[in-house]
Amino acid sequence: MIETLRALGEPNRFHIVELLREGPRPVGEMVERLGLQQPQVSKHLRVLSEAGVVDVRVDAQRRIYALRPAALKEMEEWLERYRRIWESNFQRLDAVLEELKTKEKKRGSKKRKSAN
Amino acid sequence: MEAKSERAPIRKSSGTLKVTTPSDREVAMTRVFDAPRRLVFKAWTTPELMKRWLYGPEEWKLAVCEFEVRVGGKIRFEWRNREGKSMGLSGVCREAIVPERLAFTEMWDDDWTGGETLVTIVFTEDAGQTTMTQTVMYSSQAARDGALKTGMEAGMAMSYDRLAGLLTSIE
Repeated sequence: MIETLRALGEPNRFHIVELLREGPRPVGEMVERLGLQQPQVSKHLRVLSEAGVVDVRVDAQRRIYALRPAALKEMEEWLERYRRIWESNFQRLDAVLEELKTKEKKRGSKKRKSAN
Repeated sequence: MEAKSERAPIRKSSGTLKVTTPSDREVAMTRVFDAPRRLVFKAWTTPELMKRWLYGPEEWKLAVCEFEVRVGGKIRFEWRNREGKSMGLSGVCREAIVPERLAFTEMWDDDWTGGETLVTIVFTEDAGQTTMTQTVMYSSQAARDGALKTGMEAGMAMSYDRLAGLLTSIE
């Protein structure tokens, strides 16, 4: 997982993964879309491949890269945990706000309501 | 200023929390609260209130909280877990427009992010509800890469920011 994250920490590799979310791509096409040199793209793809993020297959002369579903699933699970942390924070914040509103209502009638 | 957050399609999620990627260095979370923004702003900047909701992962609770709401004001957060371990960050308030906008830097004690991050929170109100957009920006590529290097429990959680952007940008 750390390897995956490290691999994705580099902006160009991040873009490669974004491209591959649309479907498998030959190297040549990625070179074009990213506006990078072929050796650079190949280097990034090697890092992604070593980190287990992408798979490669050879089709005639072309090397076609695809995302590995397992790596993505792992990331989805991580993301879900992240989401849960923040969502539970915000649910607690909801409760705090309810309390503030109630307090304000109690005092409310005499004080002016809006300050914004 | 706000149009850019529409770049990435929004993902439906467990709650009403939405995550988008306004740019390569940023990740934004958007959430609607059923309260006027002056109260949301207050809950985000009053230490006694923050301690009640701003937890870390796995029940790390906010034990120390200082938040000076003025430009140049000091910020200090420290979370503790049940075993008494703690992790903290310090920062400086960069913008404080009550009750509309907050910006502050964050620097973790053990610097697992490899540098400062800038957090910007915008509060907009409509019909008594507040939309809060909380954006984290890594100060540099080095900082962002650094954020990805740690295996620390809490560090992990925070470093999701970038991943969150990736996973929600296409779906």
